Amino acid sequence: MRKDYNLEKRKYVIGGFFFLIVVIYLVRLFVLQVCDTTYKINADTNAFLQKIIYPSRGLIYDRNDSLVVLNQPAYDVMLIPRDVQPFDTIDFCNTLQITRSDFDARMADMKDPHKNPNYSSYTQQVFMAHLSAQDYGRLQEKLYRFPGFFIQKRILRQYNYNCAANILGDVREVNGNDIEKDNYYKPGDYTGDLGIEKSYEKYLRGEKGVEILIRDAYGKIKGKYNNGRNDKAPVAGKDLKLSIDMRLQRYGEQLMQHKIGAIVAIEPATGEILALVTSPTYDPNLLIGKQRGTNYRDLVNNRFRPLFNRAIMGAYPPGSTFKTTQALILRQEGIVSLSTMFPCYHGYINGHLKVGCHGHASPIALKQALQTSCNAYFCWGFFYMMGKRSKYKSTSDAFEVWKKHLVSMGYGYKLGVDLPGESRGFIPNSAFYDKTYGKGSWVGNTIISVAIGQGEILATPLQIANLGATIANRGYYITPHVVKEIKGGKLPANLLQRHQPTIEKRYYYDVIDGMRMSVLGGTCHGADFADVQVCGKTGTAQNPHGRDHSAFMGFAPMNVPKIAICVYVENAGFGATYGVPIGSLMMEKYLKGSISSARKGLESRMMNANTITMTSSGSKRK
Amino acid sequence: MDLNENSEYSYGTSSVFRYIDWWTIILYALLVIAGAVSIYAATYNFDHANMFDFSEFSGKQFVWIGLSFIIGFSLLMIDGRMYEAYAYPIYALMILLLMVTIVIAPDVKGSRSWIVLGPVSIQPAEFAKTATALCLAKLFSTYNFVLNRSYKNYLWAGLIIGLPIVLILLQQETGSALVYTALIFVLYREGMSGFVLFAALCAVTFFVVAIKFSTIGLMGIPIGVFSVYVMIIVIIIGMLLIYCRSLILGRNVALGFIGYGLLGAGLVLLGVNINGHLFFLLGIGAAVIYLLIGMFHDDLKKVMITISFALASVVFLFSVNYVFTDILEPHQQMRIKVALGIDQDLRGAGYNVNQSEIAIGSGGVTGKGFLNGTQTKLKYVPEQHTDFIFCTIGEEQGFIGSAAVLVIFLTLIIRIIIIAERQRTAFARVYAYSVASYMIFHVCINVGMVIGLCPVIGIPLPFFSYGGSALWGFTFLLFILLRIDASRREYGD
Repeated sequence: MRKDYNLEKRKYVIGGFFFLIVVIYLVRLFVLQVCDTTYKINADTNAFLQKIIYPSRGLIYDRNDSLVVLNQPAYDVMLIPRDVQPFDTIDFCNTLQITRSDFDARMADMKDPHKNPNYSSYTQQVFMAHLSAQDYGRLQEKLYRFPGFFIQKRILRQYNYNCAANILGDVREVNGNDIEKDNYYKPGDYTGDLGIEKSYEKYLRGEKGVEILIRDAYGKIKGKYNNGRNDKAPVAGKDLKLSIDMRLQRYGEQLMQHKIGAIVAIEPATGEILALVTSPTYDPNLLIGKQRGTNYRDLVNNRFRPLFNRAIMGAYPPGSTFKTTQALILRQEGIVSLSTMFPCYHGYINGHLKVGCHGHASPIALKQALQTSCNAYFCWGFFYMMGKRSKYKSTSDAFEVWKKHLVSMGYGYKLGVDLPGESRGFIPNSAFYDKTYGKGSWVGNTIISVAIGQGEILATPLQIANLGATIANRGYYITPHVVKEIKGGKLPANLLQRHQPTIEKRYYYDVIDGMRMSVLGGTCHGADFADVQVCGKTGTAQNPHGRDHSAFMGFAPMNVPKIAICVYVENAGFGATYGVPIGSLMMEKYLKGSISSARKGLESRMMNANTITMTSSGSKRK
Repeated sequence: MDLNENSEYSYGTSSVFRYIDWWTIILYALLVIAGAVSIYAATYNFDHANMFDFSEFSGKQFVWIGLSFIIGFSLLMIDGRMYEAYAYPIYALMILLLMVTIVIAPDVKGSRSWIVLGPVSIQPAEFAKTATALCLAKLFSTYNFVLNRSYKNYLWAGLIIGLPIVLILLQQETGSALVYTALIFVLYREGMSGFVLFAALCAVTFFVVAIKFSTIGLMGIPIGVFSVYVMIIVIIIGMLLIYCRSLILGRNVALGFIGYGLLGAGLVLLGVNINGHLFFLLGIGAAVIYLLIGMFHDDLKKVMITISFALASVVFLFSVNYVFTDILEPHQQMRIKVALGIDQDLRGAGYNVNQSEIAIGSGGVTGKGFLNGTQTKLKYVPEQHTDFIFCTIGEEQGFIGSAAVLVIFLTLIIRIIIIAERQRTAFARVYAYSVASYMIFHVCINVGMVIGLCPVIGIPLPFFSYGGSALWGFTFLLFILLRIDASRREYGD
């Protein structure tokens, strides 16, 4: 046989071709099996049905151990799109009492990448949340007819008090953002949205359990994986005990009805917030269940912005309550002594500048100035401080010292309350004025209104109440907080931290004397009740948008303070008109448990008074 | 050749085992056993755990394996010369059987390729491979047969290969029919111009590029089509330089195209709207006219081939879209789109491929361990014990296992090529190359489909996929080869 060696070489082409293919396949296999890990995750979601067992969410009690927030069962209709097989849609819709177009809309929403960015046909999706017990019962019976659908038992909140919504917050379904931020969440999970439900989410939510089931490609469950050894039992969320006294809270909300504003009451020795009222407010039950969406939208669109927690988010001019800080600074900096007298001719008159005041004796000393809330005294004090070149190199330096004292008292920055959305208020610094007026071209008189808590100064009711607590404590405060105890856990250390303002203790006594005199024979007249000695300071904050805001800051009893309080009522006029009586009633309610019969008239007058004017709401102020 | 040895074992069967290629036997046994174990793993059911239970796929497969050993042994017992002697009758019988099948086979999912004989069904197409290989080998062993001597030889070879293709296509078994195209390797080995392989490669490349990159790009034509034009031009120049060895023609055409390209680019930059098709057709047309005039200075035939190539490529390019959209069935189009990564179609054609990629990918380096694969076990991968058996290996044995299987196949095929080249008769060599070609095609397409590199074409992985017909078909192929190889030494030349 003739052999053609030229042709024999072609074995290399044929062999080489196959060799090349094998090499390409090996590379592909290497990429698939070794380099790319997404297939492993896919495989797991493929074959394992991870049935989530939701833990019970932590319960919430108030400071007197009365149950405030508890759980109720709810049922969600879920589906795994890939497992859904053709079914009787009409029957399904009738069972759930929805129309065919509802059904189509829900399916479309579920698959819409904008509304449900985590959609995957392999994972469970919520078809319809919060089924009523009747709907649940009906569907449960027929469920076998709708392969791919199942019912997920969930937990909804239930509220024993229809108040304190701004503190408690609510629970909602997670969105794409939540899932991106925290991989604990899976689509369909719930998370705290506002209030402590949000800030204590990690304690309240507990840990989801998981039951791992094996299923085949037809979605049929083949049994427990590994005999349940890889399952995880859910861990219930931790219960919280609030520092809030729900009776006081509810009373505060009653007093504030038909008014815009806030009340903050703090136990001075511990920083525990006893009541945190914002008005107008809403019933927390509105944000449960099926109607949450529409109710939430209504609340957002409400012109009085009930979701805006004025007690911690509203930044208001503190008005005359701020004079106590001025007294402390002027004493600390040695600008005035107790016997220093400043003239007040119905106001502060310095060159062309005039800041008005009301009628009282002149000249006047510190305590009397606090008693009568004299504008002139504090303007003079501020003017001399800013101009004191023997002590400060420039107005700027003096102002920075002034500002530093205020910051140490909790102004200008967030106090760190354990609720979301706290505002920091506003205390300008010298750079701010340099920018406004030009460097070096502003003096005390340019910005004199800050001395009486007007002008650029803004503070939250919480900051003002905290000042009351600081004064009551004679020189320190604990970070205000609404949660007293995490059952089986520990409060974050920053909530129990003691803060020491840069003012010596002895100067607080002078201010307390002034505040006491104000109650006995000054602007806070009538704040005393029963045998309790109240210290207080009114505030009437000018407001370019309408009537003055009525404010009150105080604490009681004078010598063993149990409660410090700030009341802020928008557009309600003099501090004495609403701020003082409401503050006094709150203190009486807390300290005595009820209002004496002599003051029932005052109580009902306060509750029924309507100060809502259409001109403003605190939120509009910056 | 030692004549003594010859005379000693002049006639008889005991000599077979002395001369048999044990390497192939070992590789065969390895693959078959690994196949049965994989089938057991693929069809492992939580309730049934006995590998040898005859009601299970793996148990049945062991029966098929046992029978195939008997078949293999019997084939070795038959005198090697019989295969050559009866090649034509065997082929004729097989063609008859294929025809009968079309008529009598029941419709199974649109395919009419199974003959039901009581409890067993057999697929004649699997056995027709052996018959066709024998027949082709017989043709090439005709006295003084040289493939390139006459076009009639090509005609005969084409007829032998084409007949079963047509009949199997009529049975609606496209995959099995395509296997016969692999015999082009045999023709190539026996003298067919390598240019045919090159043209086939070009056709596949043009097809893939033109279909895959269908977005409109430069000069108002799809990027894929644009690229194919550029490729055609590069190949024309390359053929002139390398194949025709004509430096002058190659250089002139190259310079011409460069100048033409720059002109086109300049016009485009100036904002002139050029029709891409017109631009390239004019360019290629000019080159063809130039070559027609210039070729008389050179090797006329080779330049003619180059010109034909250029024209055929252009025609092919224009017919790609037509073929794709009008000739291929929608499900075939989808399979190609999935393989080319144009479309995912996870619920349809892409489902198998996606699931099998997930199964293989989840195997990792070392795999999940025997019987621990969740994907294949829980029936996520369809056809997991037949066409997608490679998944099970990938998932449970990981990269190491699947690479090992590929390497064993590579070894086996190289071994078959070695056997082929040591044959002294054209019959034996052509037959051996036929076996190698079938195997190459099956392994390339099957594994390629499972790992998502080829369109889904339903053909089994030799020795692995479940089923008696496929296993026996390959056993026939291989053991007849071993018998013929053994008789090479038995009878001498």
